[in-house]
Amino acid sequence: MEIVIYGIINSITLTLMALGFSLVYGVSRLPNFAHGALYVLTGYLAWLLLNRVGLYYPLAIIGALALTGIIGAAMYYFVLVRIRGMPISEIIASYAIGLAILEGLRWGGLKGGTFTLPPFIEGSTQLFGVSVDYQRLIVVAAGLLLIGGLWLFVSKTKLGLALKGIAQDERAALTLGIDSDRMAVVSMALGSVLAGIAALVLFPLGSIVVEAGYQVLIMAVAVCIVGGLGSWNGAILASFLIGFAQILTVSFIATHFQVVVALVAIVVTLISRPSGLFGRQKELEERV
Amino acid sequence: MAETTQDRRKERLDRGIKVRTDSVYAISHWQEMTYMLAPRLVFILGLLALPLILSFFPYWQRVISIVCIYALLAVGFDFLANHVGLVSLGGGFYVGVGAYMAALLNLKFGLPPVVTVPIATFAGGVFCTLLFLPCLPLRGVYFAIVSLMFPLLAGRVIEALDIFGGTDGLLGVESFGNPWVERYLLIGSVLVAVFVLRRLLIEDVGLVFRGVKDNDQAVKASAINITVYKALGVYFASTLGCLGGACLTHIYMWAGLSQFALDYSIIPIAATVVGGGGTLIGSVLGCLILVPISEMLRDFGTLRIAVYALILTAFIVYKSEGLMNYGARKYEQFERWVRI
Repeated sequence: MEIVIYGIINSITLTLMALGFSLVYGVSRLPNFAHGALYVLTGYLAWLLLNRVGLYYPLAIIGALALTGIIGAAMYYFVLVRIRGMPISEIIASYAIGLAILEGLRWGGLKGGTFTLPPFIEGSTQLFGVSVDYQRLIVVAAGLLLIGGLWLFVSKTKLGLALKGIAQDERAALTLGIDSDRMAVVSMALGSVLAGIAALVLFPLGSIVVEAGYQVLIMAVAVCIVGGLGSWNGAILASFLIGFAQILTVSFIATHFQVVVALVAIVVTLISRPSGLFGRQKELEERV
Repeated sequence: MAETTQDRRKERLDRGIKVRTDSVYAISHWQEMTYMLAPRLVFILGLLALPLILSFFPYWQRVISIVCIYALLAVGFDFLANHVGLVSLGGGFYVGVGAYMAALLNLKFGLPPVVTVPIATFAGGVFCTLLFLPCLPLRGVYFAIVSLMFPLLAGRVIEALDIFGGTDGLLGVESFGNPWVERYLLIGSVLVAVFVLRRLLIEDVGLVFRGVKDNDQAVKASAINITVYKALGVYFASTLGCLGGACLTHIYMWAGLSQFALDYSIIPIAATVVGGGGTLIGSVLGCLILVPISEMLRDFGTLRIAVYALILTAFIVYKSEGLMNYGARKYEQFERWVRI
């Protein structure tokens, strides 16, 4: 039972980490390698707003999310837009920006001492005889809410439909008057906010460290590749696969191998089924 | 008379002397010969003379060795990315394999560096190529992602299995003894690597490499096995990386997990972008610029990674051709505005 419950929690955690990356890639075909950096940045911003500026926790959260969204949009608007369509440059540039943010944070702020965000609700409860703290339940709730919210957003609102349009067929969307670059900015902002939300619900479980940035990036990439880049259903399914695989490894082999599982999953997927579980044929051509 | 840029464009033409030096007329006059040889000699002799010039600054002499190690990686990266079309973000993996292999040979079998370095270089190259073999069908972004995973995975596996000294690494590796051997071995390797790869690219093999990069379907259609050529490219790049790693382990007398670190993946890329992709020499130039900067910033810890990440971003966005291509253009062509 413990394996099932923690497996579900771990899987939802992975989904949260991957949603932003998947959204940005799905809409603008931009592999945002600064995803992990934005994740850590939000945590640190929230910590700053909470402890240095002295805002109320909810206000600090909203402030941090807004700032991250703006930073993500600015990153696209000022830098990445100039290298659209050159995949290698996109990877290198976004990775470099991410590195600059992470290592800059490590140098400037995140060193010595521990930086922690308080959990939303203290304490824990019993669930089928397994003790689970409330924060982990909030993570699950946030994950489910986000998945549902995003689904509603993309299928019901005009902006969401525009994003979906660009994702499905950029040229056709352009002829219908949807501005591809503006949608890419929106998707970057949204993706950054999603990374931020993940950070804010997950960081209270531990402390804010720079390494989390790399970890999240690897996990997000792993989930998206295994699930098929740009496919949300695939990403969710893949996070359950990897999530449970990880929990099983931790309980039956050793904690050290947790990350290895994700990496092996990527390598195996890319080699055996290059377009991922839910990848489409079109992408297969690009990859192999 | 304000003329807007819309009415004119820049025209670039090869200089006469450049055209002459392309053919047999290169030997017609000393001017042509100087024009052709000067940049090459400046590069070769400059690199050879560097340790002598810097002999008054012992600290910077050590930096030369580090520059050369990065230069080997950068040349490998440049070759693989701009001539074979595989963007490998896993430079750290090659260095780590070379380093561990040299250290193990030295510690377990007591072999001297004269033996360990060549073995680690070539056997390491084969080892890396074999590991990369299953991923070679992948292209572009996907290969980049997988290659980024390799050094991380290797580090984790060593940590988890607690083999090869685990997190402590392997201590007490023999040093080169004479520092001049170390410097000139590395400088010589860089020169040889650049020379050999540049020759290779103008041979038939180079043409196939180009083809694999530009249109692999066409190469396939010509009944050429592209995986073989990709593997060959990876072998060259990883051999250079392993050589760097093997030397590194003998310089620091230590092999450890930090040799799989991010530095070895990101600096060569930055150097290639700054120096100018596709020129091979440009990536050496980039290392000569970036590595000293990073040494000067050593006191600031991880800020240096942030600094060259920013330099990298700035170059890739605003000056994506790089210094070497820019310099070559100015040297070989003149520009003028022409009315449209």
